Amino acid sequence: MANQGPAYYSPYPAATYEGVITPPEGKALLLEDVVDEEQAMREIAKQMLTNENATIFPGPQVLYAWSDEAKRKAQLIKEMAEVLNAKMIPMYDYRPKYPKIDAEIEINPNHPNLTIWHNNIKAAIFIGVHCHYANVALKIVRAETDCYTIAMCALSGHEDAMATIRDQHASDLEKFIKIAKEVKSELGV
Amino acid sequence: MSKRSDMTNTHNWSGQKLVSTDHLLFEAPRTKHFMTGSEVMKEAIKRCTVDASVSYPITPQSEAAHLIGELWAEGYVGVYFRGENEFGVMSEVAGCSMAGARTVTTTSGPGTLRAMENFAMWSGTRAPMQLCLMARGINSPLTIQPDNLEVQYLLETGMQIWYAENVQELFDMTIAAFTVAEKPDVHVPIVTVVDGFFVSHTREAVMLPDDDIALHPYDPYKAPLPPIDSEMPPGRFLRDPFVMKSNYISYATHASWQWEIRSAIERSRPYAEHYLKGLVHITGDEDAEVAFVACGTASNQSKEAQRELTKLGIKSKVIKLRTIRPFPEQELLEALKGVKHAFVPEFNVVGWLANEVRSKLYGKCDTEIVGGPRVGGGMSLPAEAILKEVMEKVNPGKGA
Repeated sequence: MANQGPAYYSPYPAATYEGVITPPEGKALLLEDVVDEEQAMREIAKQMLTNENATIFPGPQVLYAWSDEAKRKAQLIKEMAEVLNAKMIPMYDYRPKYPKIDAEIEINPNHPNLTIWHNNIKAAIFIGVHCHYANVALKIVRAETDCYTIAMCALSGHEDAMATIRDQHASDLEKFIKIAKEVKSELGV
Repeated sequence: MSKRSDMTNTHNWSGQKLVSTDHLLFEAPRTKHFMTGSEVMKEAIKRCTVDASVSYPITPQSEAAHLIGELWAEGYVGVYFRGENEFGVMSEVAGCSMAGARTVTTTSGPGTLRAMENFAMWSGTRAPMQLCLMARGINSPLTIQPDNLEVQYLLETGMQIWYAENVQELFDMTIAAFTVAEKPDVHVPIVTVVDGFFVSHTREAVMLPDDDIALHPYDPYKAPLPPIDSEMPPGRFLRDPFVMKSNYISYATHASWQWEIRSAIERSRPYAEHYLKGLVHITGDEDAEVAFVACGTASNQSKEAQRELTKLGIKSKVIKLRTIRPFPEQELLEALKGVKHAFVPEFNVVGWLANEVRSKLYGKCDTEIVGGPRVGGGMSLPAEAILKEVMEKVNPGKGA
């Protein structure tokens, strides 16, 4: 999505209203450009390695051991965080947190901006979040923060993220970690 | 009782071989039959591995609902029952769909309005059920005559709306509709509309694939929201606090959620493009200065008028809209290049399609949009009425 940065009071225009939709199979999105998956993976690694307080937001689909794939992904996400020098703040569930969220320890799709503001996060990966809640969160984050958002999705991807890769299963995360290590080495960080 | 446990990797519970949507729609050999819209609806549902259907009688969809019931008796549909009324039906359909069942229902006219509150709830909960609307109109005094005024009320509910012209399109759209509605990045309900009686009760030639093949079952684990279970009760999030509060946080969620539902419809475009072979279908003269923009059987009558205009030496074309949501704005703009007058013939008094066309194209093309002709239901749209409207515009004062 091209319009990175605060849109103040509205998550509109949503990316789809600017003609940007989820990438076709085998492809990825960087802002509004459809690119090869590997190119997107390199850019994602670079953004995470060079922005302040890069953070991974793992969602319920990788936080709970509901399948062998989920367990394997959870291990790989921990490895990803180490390679990317990133923090992890989980999205345990989707219920809004009242009267006040503890922004240091969790993020919520209904007010994700609070966690990003509080921790001054400038790049973040959403992974394992059910698509609807990821989309609701990504629109709010795009509207209200200057965080570079990345969606690593097991299904079709998310056009409201600034970078999205789709159909990400355990083997794809292994590939990403390998690429992230290369980028890290190139950047010397 | 769910029949999922009776399935194998290759066959569904009724023994039909599981195939892709592309195979069912485009590759499987077809044979010719002679059927009404209601009968062909049964044939489509038979090939869709449908888990659940709930019905309530209202003319003219009653026969289609009854025939889906026969499919349950024959072992093709997992669950089938009659609801208390249309509001009950649409609520029960929501429960089935949220629980992970491929679900279909049908209604018409006043039944649609009686159930109205549910439709926005369906889309807001990302439930991908299919509603086949056999349009009838909603006016008082009570009528069962053909009309399609109820479609206007569905336009902003957050559902996809497709409109079939004839029995063949109804068959193909019904199958494609489940597939597109269940795509993880779409996953909002879909309405397949046909004009009641003209399609529901009219027997036409239709090409059908064999009935020993069917769609793969719906996979609720690819849903964009967690399906309901014992720990995730129906409408879990509907009870969550943000809907009960009025502050900036609840505003942000409320706004983002609504844009997300509408974004989901936008994401359906490439899928609909593929399975429907285009969001619009154009017949007639490419270089025409007169065009008809229509949906459903109004496009059929427009084609008749187009043929008559050809005999009079007037070039014209018919732009049939297969989808209303998403609205095929770019396709329509492209098709209207060089067109001076675009007529929008309709089966209702308010002209909701003309309003749609005008609002979507406002400031984007020079074509004059003529809202009409219209009949207020109760009769087919005579090609003569369309011709008269055109001749008064292109040959003013001299009529047809």
